[in-house]
Amino acid sequence: MSAPTSAHPQGPIIGPGHTFGTVTDKISAVVLTRRTPVGWFIGFAISFSLLMLFLVAVTNLVMTGIGIWGINVPVAWGIDIVNFVWWIGIGHAGTLISAILLLFRQEWRTSINRFAEAMTLFAVACAGMFPVLHLGRPWLAYWLFPYPNTMGIWPNFRSPLMWDVFAVSTYATVSAMFWFVGLIPDLATLRDRSPSRVGRFVYGLLAMGWRGSARHWHRYETAYLLLAGLSTPLVISVHTIVSFDFAVGVIPGWHATIFPPYFVAGAIYAGFAMVLTLAIPLRTVYGLQDFITARHLDYMGRVMLATGLIVAYGYMMEAFMAWYGGNPYEEYMIINRFFGPYWQMYWALLFCNVVTPQLLWFARVRANTPLLFAIAMVVNVGMWLERYIIIVVSLHRDFLPSSWGMYHATVWDWSTFVGTIGLFLTLLFLFIRFLPMISIFEMRTMVPDAEVKEELA
Amino acid sequence: MTRRPPVYGLLAEFDEPNALIAAVRRTREAGYTQLDAYSPFPIEELSEALGFHRNRLPLLVLIGGIIGGLSGLGLEYWTAVIDYPINVGGRPFFSWPSFIPITFECTVLLAAFSAVLGMLALNGLPMPYHPVFNVPRFALATRDRFFLCIEATDPKFDRDDTRRFLERFVPRSVSEVDH
Repeated sequence: MSAPTSAHPQGPIIGPGHTFGTVTDKISAVVLTRRTPVGWFIGFAISFSLLMLFLVAVTNLVMTGIGIWGINVPVAWGIDIVNFVWWIGIGHAGTLISAILLLFRQEWRTSINRFAEAMTLFAVACAGMFPVLHLGRPWLAYWLFPYPNTMGIWPNFRSPLMWDVFAVSTYATVSAMFWFVGLIPDLATLRDRSPSRVGRFVYGLLAMGWRGSARHWHRYETAYLLLAGLSTPLVISVHTIVSFDFAVGVIPGWHATIFPPYFVAGAIYAGFAMVLTLAIPLRTVYGLQDFITARHLDYMGRVMLATGLIVAYGYMMEAFMAWYGGNPYEEYMIINRFFGPYWQMYWALLFCNVVTPQLLWFARVRANTPLLFAIAMVVNVGMWLERYIIIVVSLHRDFLPSSWGMYHATVWDWSTFVGTIGLFLTLLFLFIRFLPMISIFEMRTMVPDAEVKEELA
Repeated sequence: MTRRPPVYGLLAEFDEPNALIAAVRRTREAGYTQLDAYSPFPIEELSEALGFHRNRLPLLVLIGGIIGGLSGLGLEYWTAVIDYPINVGGRPFFSWPSFIPITFECTVLLAAFSAVLGMLALNGLPMPYHPVFNVPRFALATRDRFFLCIEATDPKFDRDDTRRFLERFVPRSVSEVDH
């Protein structure tokens, strides 16, 4: 392993002067001893109000039916499915950071992986809402699972929608386990450092008696590495299968072989934008610049640039294949995107996802935190627009002009969407208040003292 | 002397990982076998120094993955071919390419469960009580201290000799671990 302290042109990945003790104290203090910042209460109040909006929207949906949404034939998949794909894509950066970057020994991931994983979990929770609510009778969602039933039928395993059920539920389960396994040693730290009886009891219960035995660490590291190795193909499969929901269909604009890689890159792109959106305010409010350094932001900017270019390539290929394939419906699909009734959205998409990230070529832009935050926000919007274009704009004009139609999201569509943002942020605020948002034990391995001398090894 | 209640072992506290690794090596060289080391983060060299190499977890995960994959595919085969066959324009009932995604997901799901539950089971967790927690200073094992525990079950263990032996490593402290 390279020395984490060695001089690096982008600066260190941990601030100077830290020891095992200071790292532990600084991160655990956010949960245990420091006064909760006023900003936390304001943020939590806003998020919780939005969550209540979600409750209202869902109650109305369940009482009335999905007719309160703007969906209808031909656009039967509206922004609920847009939101589903958007949220699940956001989740993918967390797994990328925690699993793929671990396998590639990218040490800088250490200080961002915990909250990126939490983000994954909460984003998947938000994503999962939409297909279930879209069912119309969400209380029958269990019909999706293969269980012996009195109806004598089984789910159709040849359908991409069934693949989706398995992919998303596996992803949610494995992400939750990965996250919890990563938390166990830190929960033990909180158990041993909590000043309150309740804290010692609850964290002690969750830590399950972890005591840091060398034998335990050995198996722990094996399990963690294996989970990373399993999550890596899993995360790629999940968004591949999400793209199959579309690519297996015959709708122009959906039926394309570029979809799986283009969706996976888009997911990572959106996810890193969301990680930046969360990391930049968090490090400022909690003074964590020592742990989430300028170098981290720089690297995340680079990942966004790289994945953004893959996404741009995807757009280009869609247009190229529409022309090169010679299929009039495909050709019309592209013309309709540029000049059809939703043209503003397509141009906005190109601006958000293709033009804006080009700024990230410049090191000075990546070093400018407010600007980086702004770019991340633009990409968040752009990736939402991308799914809107793929889903709504492809559906609204397919083959027969007689079956063309328009789609307009209603206030209930929007309140459900904004409501899930409330759910996401509420969970996130609770997470940063009650759990260490940076992996403490992994940060200890970044401290210079953690290096084992060669003559001993 | 013999009236003292029996102890679980003796616990020596160190400031940094290298001291602990050296102490573990020398303790094993001195012939002790029942010992464990505790650290606030994983140290590969430490489990090596303890002579802990064998780890059955990867095998468990492999078995879990194979069972998961076979059950996923088996479920699809049984429902689509045996229990509920639907003839769609004469296409084969066992249309295996469309069964791959779910087979894959089931493989990953069961392998991941095996990794997590297997790790906990092999480590004997959850374990709400362990004697080392009786030493107040052991709370620092999850912060910045490194501990070596020679357990009383060791045939060479003698409360006074072992204490003198541990003190040769100049630890910060040596404590008796009550049961």
